[in-house]
Order: sequence, then C-alpha cells, then structure tokens
Amino acid sequence: MKKILGIFALLVAVCVVTVLFSDRFLTAYNLENVIRRTALFGIISIGVAFVIITGGIDLSIGSLICLVGCGLPWLLSVKGLPLPVALAAVLGASLLIGLAHGLLITKLRLQPFVVTLCGLLLYRGLARGLTGDQTQGFGAAHDGLRWLATGKLAVPGLGGFGVPMPCVILLFVAIAAAVFLNHTIYGRYLLALGRNEQAARYSGIDTSHMILLAYVICSGLAGLGGTLFVLDVNSAQPVDFGNFYELYAVAAAVLGGCSLRGGEGAILGVVIGAALMQVLRNMITLTGLPTHIEFAVIGAVILVGVSADEVVKRLAAKRRAAREAVVG
Amino acid sequence: MTAPATPLLEVRRVTKQFPGVRALRSVNLSLGRGEVLAVIGENGAGKSTLMKILAGVQHPDSGEVRLDGAVIELRDVQAAQRHGIALIHQELNLAGNLDIGANIFLGREPARFGFVDRATIRSESAKFLAPLGLDLDPDTRVDDLPIGLQQLIEIAKALASRARVLIMDEPTSSLTQHESARLFQVIKDLRTQGVSVVYISHRLGEVKELADRVTVLRDGENAGELSRDAISHDAMVRLMVGRDVSQFYERKSHAPGEMMFEARAVRTPAHPRHEINFTLRAGEIVGLAGLVGAGRTELLQTLFGVAPAVGGELRVRGETVALRSPIDAIRSGIALVPEDRKQQGLVIEMAVSENLSLASLRRDQRGGFLNRPAEQAICDEMIPKLSIKTPSPAQPAQFLSGGNQQKVVLGKWLALAPRVLLLDEPTRGIDIGAKREIYALMDRLAAEGVAVLFVSSEMEEILGMADRVLVMHEGRLTGELSRAELGEEAVMQLATGGKKPARE
Repeated sequence: MKKILGIFALLVAVCVVTVLFSDRFLTAYNLENVIRRTALFGIISIGVAFVIITGGIDLSIGSLICLVGCGLPWLLSVKGLPLPVALAAVLGASLLIGLAHGLLITKLRLQPFVVTLCGLLLYRGLARGLTGDQTQGFGAAHDGLRWLATGKLAVPGLGGFGVPMPCVILLFVAIAAAVFLNHTIYGRYLLALGRNEQAARYSGIDTSHMILLAYVICSGLAGLGGTLFVLDVNSAQPVDFGNFYELYAVAAAVLGGCSLRGGEGAILGVVIGAALMQVLRNMITLTGLPTHIEFAVIGAVILVGVSADEVVKRLAAKRRAAREAVVG
Repeated sequence: MTAPATPLLEVRRVTKQFPGVRALRSVNLSLGRGEVLAVIGENGAGKSTLMKILAGVQHPDSGEVRLDGAVIELRDVQAAQRHGIALIHQELNLAGNLDIGANIFLGREPARFGFVDRATIRSESAKFLAPLGLDLDPDTRVDDLPIGLQQLIEIAKALASRARVLIMDEPTSSLTQHESARLFQVIKDLRTQGVSVVYISHRLGEVKELADRVTVLRDGENAGELSRDAISHDAMVRLMVGRDVSQFYERKSHAPGEMMFEARAVRTPAHPRHEINFTLRAGEIVGLAGLVGAGRTELLQTLFGVAPAVGGELRVRGETVALRSPIDAIRSGIALVPEDRKQQGLVIEMAVSENLSLASLRRDQRGGFLNRPAEQAICDEMIPKLSIKTPSPAQPAQFLSGGNQQKVVLGKWLALAPRVLLLDEPTRGIDIGAKREIYALMDRLAAEGVAVLFVSSEMEEILGMADRVLVMHEGRLTGELSRAELGEEAVMQLATGGKKPARE
C-alpha cells in the first residue's frame, strides 16, 4: 500500500509539473488522449504483472500486439473473413501462444526470458510474413467495432469531456484482475509460488498449472490490447507496430510495485504505473522537449523511482532490526 | 591432565545476538595445549556460532578471545588462520577439481618466478600427509578420494598452515565406522604432538572415547563442564537437556492401532536399486535414522510425492495409492514437514496466517474464492494450540524464531488433520523450549491416532521419541529396531552398514 502511495505521489508530481509548464495538459482533448493511452497500456501491463508475480517475464508482448494488430485487419480486409471469426481467430491465437509459452516454461523447463525472447522475434516475423510487410488497416469499415477504442462516454456537466471506451474496458479488466489476485485461492497460489515455488509445491499447490495460467492471462490481455490498439489508430505497420510495448508494460508493472523476483504486485499500482508512463510522454510533448529523448526521460524517472523505493525499504528494514534488538 | 596456568585458547564472556535470537550469552571456554575438548549441546545450543566466532567467520557483540593469554582480534578467516586456528567444516571445503597438493597449499602456493612451484608442493605435501598415515600421491584429484580421506586432507591442509587449534564440526557425520576409527587415531596422534582440538559432535560415544574434557552449551549459555573421569553418557545428556532425559522426551507409549501406511518394495528415484519395505500403524512414532546422505530425506520425498516412486506399492489404510505429487499425498492424508524450513516449509515472506492456511485453501474454498472466516479459524485454533509466538497473524514468518517457524509449518498440516505425518529433522536449529513443545506435540498426535515417521540425526531424539526405529545406509533400509533392541550402538552399527547386533 505504501508503495502504491509513493508511485501515486510521483504521478501527481509529474502532472503538476506538466500543468505548470503547459496550459494544454488540462484540456478535455488532451486528458482523454492520455487516459485512452493509459487504459490501452494498462490492460497489457496487468497481463504482464501476472507473469512477473510468478517470477517470470514476457518479452513477446509487443510482437504479439503486432501479430494481432496486423492480423485482425488482414483477416478482415485481405482474407475477407466475417468479423466474429476474425476476432475469435486473433484472440484464440493469443491464448494459444500464452499456453505454448507456459508449456515450454513448466514442462520443458525453459527460462521465461528465452522462451518469450524467441516469441518476440517469431511473432513479428510472422506478422510481417503474413501481410507481406504491408501496412494493414480497416479503412472506413468497422466503425462500430472501432468505437470500442475510439469512442467515449459523455459525462454530463464536464463540458466536452467524456470517458474513453478503453478506460471502461480497463476498469472491467482491472477489477477482475484485482479480485482474482486478492480474493481467490488461485491469486493466493500465484503470490505464494512467486515467492517460493518449492514451498508452494510442498503445500500441495499445482504450481505448473498456475504458472501456465499466468502466461495465458498475459498473452490473452496482450491480444485484447493489440486489438484495441489497432482499432484506435486504424493502421498497423508490421515492421514497428507495438515495438517496445513489452518494455512499457514491464516498466509499468515494476513501477507499480511488482518485483521481478516474483510474489509481489498489486493491480492498482500497475495501472498507476501505466498512467505515469503515459503522462511522462505527454509531458515531453507538451513542454516542448525534443520527443527523441522520450526514452531517456522515462528511463531516468523509472530508475529514480525504483532506487528511491529500494532505499526506503532498506531504511525500514534497519529500523525494524534496531527495534527488535532492543526488544530481544 | 592438569591444565597449565594460561590456557592456549580462552573465550571470555562472549555474547552474540542475531535478529530475534540470542545465540550466545556470556559464554566461556578454555582449551589447553594438546587437549581434546569436546563441545556438546543440542541443535541451536550455540556451538556452531561459537566455532564460527573462533574461526573469524562471525564476530562477537561483546567478550574476548585470548590466545596465549593475549587478546586477539579475529576479524576474518585469514586472521584466525594467522593465529593458528583452523575450522574443519561439516561440509568439506576442498576444491574437488584440484589435486591433493594444490588443496593443501591453496592460497599459499610456493612460487618460483611467479609460477606455481609444483615440485615443492609435491615434496612438502608428503610431509603433511605422512603423519596422518596417508600414503597418497599428491597429484590425485580430491574428488577421486572417498569422503573419509577428503576429511583427512582437510586436516593436512590445516596443519600445513601451522594450525595449533583444530576445530572439527561434526567430523564423523558422513564417515563410515572404519573411516571414523582412523580419524580418531589421527586426533589422538595430534594430541601427543601438542595440537589442540575442539571437537563438536552429537555422538556421545565418540566424545567419551576422545575427549579430555567436555564443555556443554545449552540455549546459548554454559551449562556445565565435565572432566575426563566425570564423562559419562548420562552426565552429558543431563547437562545438555537440563534435566533427566526421561522427563525431557515426553513419550507415553500407545498401543499401535490399525495399519495406516505400508511401503512394499518401494524404490526411490535417488536409490532405484534398493527396495524398501516398512509399515506404520496408527499411534506409532517411528524414527528413521542413518548418516547424512543415507537416503532418508529422499525416502520421505518419495512418500510425499515430491519425487515419485519408480517402483513398488504404497498403501494408505490398506488401499493402494499412486503418489505422483504432493497433491496426491495430501489427498491420501499424508503431510510432510520438510528438512529445509525456509526453502520448502514456508513462504517465508508471507504472513503467519497465510502460511498456516496455505495447504487448506483448496479444501476451504468457496467456489474458487478465499474463505476468510475459515482462514481466521485456522489461525485462532493453531496459534494458541501450538503456542506460536507472533505479534500478530499478519506478521511475516521470516521475523519469527526458528522454533516458531517450525510450529507454523506444523500448524499448516495439522489444519488438514493428516493421518500420516512425516517429519524431516523436525527440531533442527530450534531452541530447547520449542523442541520440548514439538516432542509433546508428536506424542499428542500419536495419542490421537496419527502415524508419525520422523527422520533425525540426533541420537538422543531417536532414542527418546521412537517406538521403533528404521535405519538406512546408502539408500538401503538396513534394519529395524524395536524399543527393546534400541540403543546408540545398535543404531550406529546399522547406520554404517553393519549387521543388527544379536540380541542378548
């Protein structure tokens, strides 16, 4: 909880700085955009958080988003499949990819880093091969479906401001994820095995199946995210669609309190982490900083954030040790 | 033997505190020249901490160490070595991939023009090997030697660094009887050469044979001392446990009930060549004895489904069961308190409550959702029942003492009401108070009809608690001793591959 407050304070600080340097931050148009991007990245970040909680990692998210993002319009426009079939195909493929990752990691005992690094190469290559490296889009069709990503729910009394649809979707995903993690036995199993898989197994937990499930959730949400991303922008270039998105997702999860050692994480923190990343990008654009230094700024902020967190943790541990020495 | 006016080595009022435990409280110890001093005590009595302080691995919070009457500072292992103090670990500390000579001179290699001088190593090594009765080629790789010889190489290495004080921590824990006998001879020879030895062992028979004097530690404090002619088994035990053994080990005998568990020709993946047969009845406490590495832990892991059997048949209450995973074992009513509490027993960063309920979550679930009232009920029952000392159920298990951590592991299983309880070194590294509570608990569970099988390397524990003892040696079940046949000699005989002594 303390960790979430810390990251929330950082988010507020970055917002305040941006407001001070730019009067465009608080416009309805800008806020809607930031919230829409936050929601899209939030969905994939929640996915990777599950994998990180098991002590694993998923580097293939960006490429999977590319495969789904290019695959959906390609199936619809080039292959002429009906919409439900195309949607089912891309989402089904995402889940199967997650299943494959999980099986390779639990049954063949490959390292998550290696498996998903290969996935990173594989799915982008596949997307580029399928589409002949051609940009894919919906053109003017499927506006109804695209409303899921581009639409908004008007809020009366707030002028032109409306809640972007992806934000509504994120809300459902986040609540489901938080309930799963904190109120089901499976969530408890994930947290336990992330800390100590051996002890979890010795307590009668089917750790292989739980790890498998985490990878399916991660790839499934990446598939959902990829669908929404392409519906939002209506154009996906196989060569760079979704590039680096896995790193945004991992960074958001880590900022939000997930430890790469596993066993730690809270959904609210992850969402705030995703928001922080997007506000930072927005700040760079609005305050006139050159956009090509975006990665440098984001990298520096994350580094400061996790360092501060570690320092605070050490101090707390020291205080506790001192207290116990007095008691003992 | 009369100790000279100034002992060679003296420890005065040494205190050492670890988070949550006081390991040593104002401990004194003295060691004469050419003296073999045995330091004994139960697990967790503070022996290892004291020895680590003498070897420069750990530093006392207060107190002093004197050598030849002068205070010395044991900042690190190198400093201890410079003062002539060498620690020979329970687990050997040799570079197995190097040859004998290279190990003896590790870190002190004689050099010529910057190159290792192998000729000198060869000739010098022989000088240290010969007095130990070792006729070995210094070019032999250490890995190719049996464990008993490796231990002697460690001693040669210590002598080569001009050690005057040798500290041996459980040196016979993985030796055969023959190898042990050879080690004892070496120790006796060293004594006549004026080398002093601090000998730590659980095996009181060895202590009786070797020691000039015995210092007993209990709960981090000096519990007493015995001179050569006062050393007897009973006297040592009394000082170690602080009372007569009969009171320490709470063991009311129960009439064994129905057959709970049968292993028929079971073969473990660790020792697939040996078939293991035994039975456990309700209300029985059965000890599983043997040397380190005899395959006891591996057997328990097979019975719990962690390392499924590669052959044979397991029966619970007469029904054949397939134990392919801990889930299967738990379903059959089997529970395992593993040897490594921190790695296998607990998710140490999680709360006491979460650890206590971990194995019961599946049973208590409400359609996949956590059942918080049931979780609370487990805490409300187990924390007082096992007298787990914790500020709150939300306290992470890592901040509890070893004994309380072990009680949490036990509580986790008791919440499932197992019919067969497997315990692997249940009292390792926990204080004497918690030990008694665990013994009492084992007795109570047996009275309630649980079949208990426990592995222990502590002879006293085996003798004090078991109705019946199974002994293993190198993966084989070498014998079974009834309460009437039970004795230290008989157990050791079977544990080192010997035959069961004929009954008188």
